[in-house]
Amino acid sequence: MTTWISVCNLSDIDPDTGVCALLNGEQVALFRWGNSDTVYAINNFDPFGKANVLSRGLIGSVGERPVVASPLYKQHFDLSTGECLEDTEKSIKVYPVRVEAGVVALGAA
Amino acid sequence: MSKKRIIVVGNGMVGHNFIDTLANAECASQFDIITFAEEARLAYDRVQLSKYFSGASAEDLALTTEADYQKQGIIYTLNEKVVAIDSHAKTVTTASGRVEGYDKLVLATGSFPFVPPIPGKDQDHCLVYRTIEDLEAISASAAVSKTGVVVGGGLLGLEAANALKQAGLETHVVEFAPRLMAVQLDEGGGKLLRRKIEELGVSVHTEKATTEIVAGEECRYRMNFADGSFLETDMILFSAGIRPQDELARQFGLDVGERGGIVINDYCQTSEADIYAIGECALWDNKIYGLVAPGYQMAKVAIEHIVSSLLTHEEPAASFQGADMSTKLKLLGVDVASIGDAHGHTAGSQSYVFNDDVEQVYKRLIVSADGKKLVGAVLVGDVEAYGTLLQLKLNDMDIPGNPANLILPVSDGSEPVGLGVSALPETAQICSCYDVSKGDIANAVQGGCCSMGDIKDATKASTGCGGCAALVKQVMDAELTALGVEVNNNLCEHFAFTRAELADIVRVKGYTTFSELLENHGSGHGCEICKPTIGSILASFNNEYVLKDELISLQDTNDIFLGNMQKDGTYSIVPRIAGGEITPEKLIVLGEVAKEYDLYTKITGGQRIDLFGAQLHQLPDIWKKLVDAGFETGHAYGKSLRTVKSCVGSTWCRYGVLDSVSMAIALENRYKGLRAPHKIKFAVSGCTRECAEAQGKDIGVIATENGWNLYVCGNGGMRPRHADLFATDLDDETLVKYIDRVLMFYVRTADRLQRTSVWMENLEGGLDYLKDVVINDKLGICDELEAGMTKVVDTYQCEWKTTIETPEKLKRFSHYINATDEDNNLLYVRERGQRRPATEQERIELVNLETAAD
Repeated sequence: MTTWISVCNLSDIDPDTGVCALLNGEQVALFRWGNSDTVYAINNFDPFGKANVLSRGLIGSVGERPVVASPLYKQHFDLSTGECLEDTEKSIKVYPVRVEAGVVALGAA
Repeated sequence: MSKKRIIVVGNGMVGHNFIDTLANAECASQFDIITFAEEARLAYDRVQLSKYFSGASAEDLALTTEADYQKQGIIYTLNEKVVAIDSHAKTVTTASGRVEGYDKLVLATGSFPFVPPIPGKDQDHCLVYRTIEDLEAISASAAVSKTGVVVGGGLLGLEAANALKQAGLETHVVEFAPRLMAVQLDEGGGKLLRRKIEELGVSVHTEKATTEIVAGEECRYRMNFADGSFLETDMILFSAGIRPQDELARQFGLDVGERGGIVINDYCQTSEADIYAIGECALWDNKIYGLVAPGYQMAKVAIEHIVSSLLTHEEPAASFQGADMSTKLKLLGVDVASIGDAHGHTAGSQSYVFNDDVEQVYKRLIVSADGKKLVGAVLVGDVEAYGTLLQLKLNDMDIPGNPANLILPVSDGSEPVGLGVSALPETAQICSCYDVSKGDIANAVQGGCCSMGDIKDATKASTGCGGCAALVKQVMDAELTALGVEVNNNLCEHFAFTRAELADIVRVKGYTTFSELLENHGSGHGCEICKPTIGSILASFNNEYVLKDELISLQDTNDIFLGNMQKDGTYSIVPRIAGGEITPEKLIVLGEVAKEYDLYTKITGGQRIDLFGAQLHQLPDIWKKLVDAGFETGHAYGKSLRTVKSCVGSTWCRYGVLDSVSMAIALENRYKGLRAPHKIKFAVSGCTRECAEAQGKDIGVIATENGWNLYVCGNGGMRPRHADLFATDLDDETLVKYIDRVLMFYVRTADRLQRTSVWMENLEGGLDYLKDVVINDKLGICDELEAGMTKVVDTYQCEWKTTIETPEKLKRFSHYINATDEDNNLLYVRERGQRRPATEQERIELVNLETAAD
């Protein structure tokens, strides 16, 4: 059974940008897709640059895939799967996320 | 079998070419290569010598380094002259008494400048122009001179005149013949060249025979001429031709020509079979070749002969059969070219002449009696046709169509007449410096080369004088097209346009948001390439607050938080210190802020102060303090104007001519905040000593006694480039006007992340075209460019001031959206009294320590 923990309002995230939320000691990068209420959640740690920065990357699309580019060295991570497009060995964790009544909540195991 | 000993006497361009080619040959391991250089340094590029006065150092001119020679196993001795040859014992003896044996001896002793026997020629400020030491002497002399004279109006003389002009002297050229460059140009060409050079401020005196040099009245010397006239000058440079350096050959029994030069056969052998001579010291068929390309050909021939006679005993494939002396060059900024028989001496030859006094272009074609073959050409002012004409001549091809079309100007809309590169035979020599044929370039493309850089690396084509660059590119492009390679300049998968095209779209349509552009001209959701690019274009033209709601998601790593992200995710802070001038009060504020937040502090190369290690949530607090103290953002995070570096200038410096600091501050305040395709750096120097290093900047300004000299499109960094002199003796207003135009034209037309240097190099027509656009308003857009810049200047805002005054924008400056904790991954150690990020190893140790302490 997933426990949903509210972390912020949807309006706290500017369209097409990211923020970082703290979830039980873990850093989670949240991205809002355009002006919509679609929000993606991946781990905030950049495995290449070894720093907690992914929430500060630019988001966009590669083909049909929604991605974030690391702000440090620009590797791409698939926002829905956490897969690293340049090196699948360096893929990262994704988190269940939902938006209800304008509130963004993360699923804790 | 023991190694064969090859001794090369002389380490000039040709001697070095011989050594380098042999050392890279497959059989290199079978040879010991020994060379003696009379000069204090290894080979350097004499062809580019005048660049020394536009800021190139001896290192920039060097063709190799001692480290390279050591790596290649070449035994070299500097400052060592060979003084004797014993062709029976096969040894040479040096000035210091060293005796070395050889299997083959190669004389590459070059030439020396001819100084006419004029009474008074040996005085202190009477100099020659050949070595870097000569240039140092010229430089020193120029520093204490106002006027300089070059004796000799040939190719080298005009190069030397350029050097004097760049050194800031009132420059004269004195020539014995009735025209300049009498060897290469006909009367019409010489006349136009003279006119152009005189317009650049160099006085030309022809048909002057100097009879003596005596003490002057106004200047240091007076030169008296045979016709009774005289000229006063502070220094004299002799550049009246070269003489082969054949002293050694002469003394030790080798055949030399009547007027000098070591006689060689088609294999470059002298009268002693084991002694070769190559380059300007060699006399082949009674001719001395004073250009570098024939010297390189001789080097190649000599190597083949040496290898075949010592190792393979096969018949050598190459022999020297004379060389084409066609030449294309820029003298004092004037394009000049000469091909083949420029004077029409060929029996029965006929001429076509095109002369445009208004545009100052002169072209003459000399064709064979039957009108089918090209035998020579002279081009002054417009040398576009050089590549085509040279190929027609070298390959003895039939002239396509009416020969006149080859030199007539192209009327609007029609294609220029020329022969396509496809018409050239595979064997056509494209690069004469390195003997690269069309076939060689085609092979390189087939082997995977697809840029000029690749081609240069693979074939060396266009790495000598560079005169063939346009042709090499045409051959490469034709070959790429033939292979079906499509050259794709699209910005990214979301926009099938170049940055310049997108800039035009934004400007013409007046877009203010990314979504309008994506919807109407793009596809997908955008990416980290197109978003910041378009963000930058929008900022260049509209200059709105970059963190505005519609714009914020376009900003890259640094811009989005108005700071420079460092490796650990913290930021550095660089307030603007215009012109590098700062009051003690403000300096103390920076110190106090740095101390309070424990920021690592370092002086930047742009005369500012960089404060490192600020966390996201600290940025607004820190900037509040800085803005309150009167600081503004320094835009160190943006692809935008960074700094205008300055020297202290005439206000304090004993040598300063103009107030460089005031100018630097004015320029920095004018252009601060201008978003561009890449960062832009300026500098202003208060005199030609150039302490601000302005020639290494995108925009460089140097004070002279007559106003400002403007340099453009230089940079440091990965591929340093000296800026080009763009305009001279400008007043403040014109200076600013030109800079406005150059920058706005750059903003409009450059590619993404293209510095001004590469942009300019890629402009068709290069520097001259840029001058045409900016100075002569060739495109009729200067008013628009200035208006664009005025808008940017008028709408400037300090982004940090706006941000700290906008509470909703401050929410994002926090590591967590749902907590006030700090990033727990940050770890620091102290070094030299300051904080820095821990290394991987230190992190492990620090974490272990903490765990142990728990």
